[in-house]
Amino acid sequence: MTTQSPLHEVHTELGASFTDFAGWSMPVRYSSELAEHRAVRETAGQFDLSHMAEIEVTGPEAGRALNYAMVGNIAGIKVGRARYTMLCHETGGVLDDLVVYRPGEERFMVVANAGNAAVAVTELTDRARGFDAVVTDRSAETALIAVQGPRAVGILRGLLDSVELEGGLDALKYYAATPAVLGGHELLLARTGYTGEDGFELFCPAGEAPAVWRLVAEAGEPDGLLPAGLACRDTLRLEAGMPLYGNELTVRLTPFEANLGRLVKFDKSGDFVGRTALEKHGEPEQVLVGLRGTGRRAPRHGYRVLDGEQEVGEVTSGALSPTLGHPVAMAYLPPRLSEPGTGLSVDIRGRLEPVEVVALPFYKRAK
Amino acid sequence: MSNIPENLSYTKEHEWLSAADGVATVGITSFAAESLGDIVFVQLPEVGDNITAGEPCGEIESTKSVSELYAPVTGEVVEINEAAADAPEVINSDPYEQGWLFRVRTESMPELLDAQEYSKVVEEGE
Repeated sequence: MTTQSPLHEVHTELGASFTDFAGWSMPVRYSSELAEHRAVRETAGQFDLSHMAEIEVTGPEAGRALNYAMVGNIAGIKVGRARYTMLCHETGGVLDDLVVYRPGEERFMVVANAGNAAVAVTELTDRARGFDAVVTDRSAETALIAVQGPRAVGILRGLLDSVELEGGLDALKYYAATPAVLGGHELLLARTGYTGEDGFELFCPAGEAPAVWRLVAEAGEPDGLLPAGLACRDTLRLEAGMPLYGNELTVRLTPFEANLGRLVKFDKSGDFVGRTALEKHGEPEQVLVGLRGTGRRAPRHGYRVLDGEQEVGEVTSGALSPTLGHPVAMAYLPPRLSEPGTGLSVDIRGRLEPVEVVALPFYKRAK
Repeated sequence: MSNIPENLSYTKEHEWLSAADGVATVGITSFAAESLGDIVFVQLPEVGDNITAGEPCGEIESTKSVSELYAPVTGEVVEINEAAADAPEVINSDPYEQGWLFRVRTESMPELLDAQEYSKVVEEGE
């Protein structure tokens, strides 16, 4: 049984191909994922992310509850700002990577990956026990539309009726969110995303999502805005060096292996789930690195990385980078082989192809 | 709905064949190309290779996935489409004409699907 997005009919009208993703039927592409990828880098792309989970945590102790539940200092998020953080197991393993928004003093919204939605809801509910806080899963009633790319700000600027922020849309900082009204529809407008570009995410009631989508699509058409599916989202986030749960992040790894140890705030007050294990965690035995290939054959998830004849690690994600024109991949390798410039090879279906360790991200937008 | 030309023969693995004078031209169908997404790399057999019906003879790589290319007939490869190898996007845009993949000289044609039979295969796959 697959769940349909509140935008399903819109996608069908647009001629989308669909894919099953964590129990959801979501658009994988509309016409060409390469064209959609380019649009996000050069103009703008519009994504349906309604499969993501939105979990509201409210109450006088909501911040304290989330500080206990996650590795970041959530209580320290200023109202109107957002933070990337992680939900870890007691062993220190990553259960999900999430973004937490703080729309109000006593109100937080946790955005979890679709595949981890049930785990996130269960864990947050359990971990909030004993705190004066209420955890409510708002996923079914909430749609999420992302507008990403250099022209996103221009497209939305002309479209918003109002933004509850002095200075308007342009004053909205990266990793900030504000209530806004677009074509009469109230939404939470956030300057966040997963593509490496400037962009926005619009949280709105599920029933209003088709109207919001159409308004954005129409306003963006002269700017070259294209509907963009999950296929290009994956190549975009890979170029931007952003981890994907299930590929770069799993419960078998802690944030330290993924070079995200900075997200673990040992200095925050109070205990948090995973603290003991993470404090004991020594130097990681493997770390996440970027690999750059030659030719056109891309290392893919699960392929072996070799140092000479010796297997030293495994590719977690890889593709021929549409922006850069050469293969890029992420892989877990021993720290001694993680220096940029290190020459290794990847077994691409029986043929060893040379790769070089490079710094992440592969692609960084010009500011 | 996928484009399935009447004048070609097909395999269940979504290759098409056009046979004339003992030389078959081989490509993948528009249904296959659409399912794969944007094709970014193809590895074709080399001229002079002997290929065997039903066995892998190359690879087709899209942004997200890698698929094997199966030989639809047994025979000797006599020509490959260098243009498609250099610019694989032609396989998406024009799979039955400029996006052909290779030509193979064959002694006998195996049993293949006609356009109607292949369209049933596609409907089941959709």
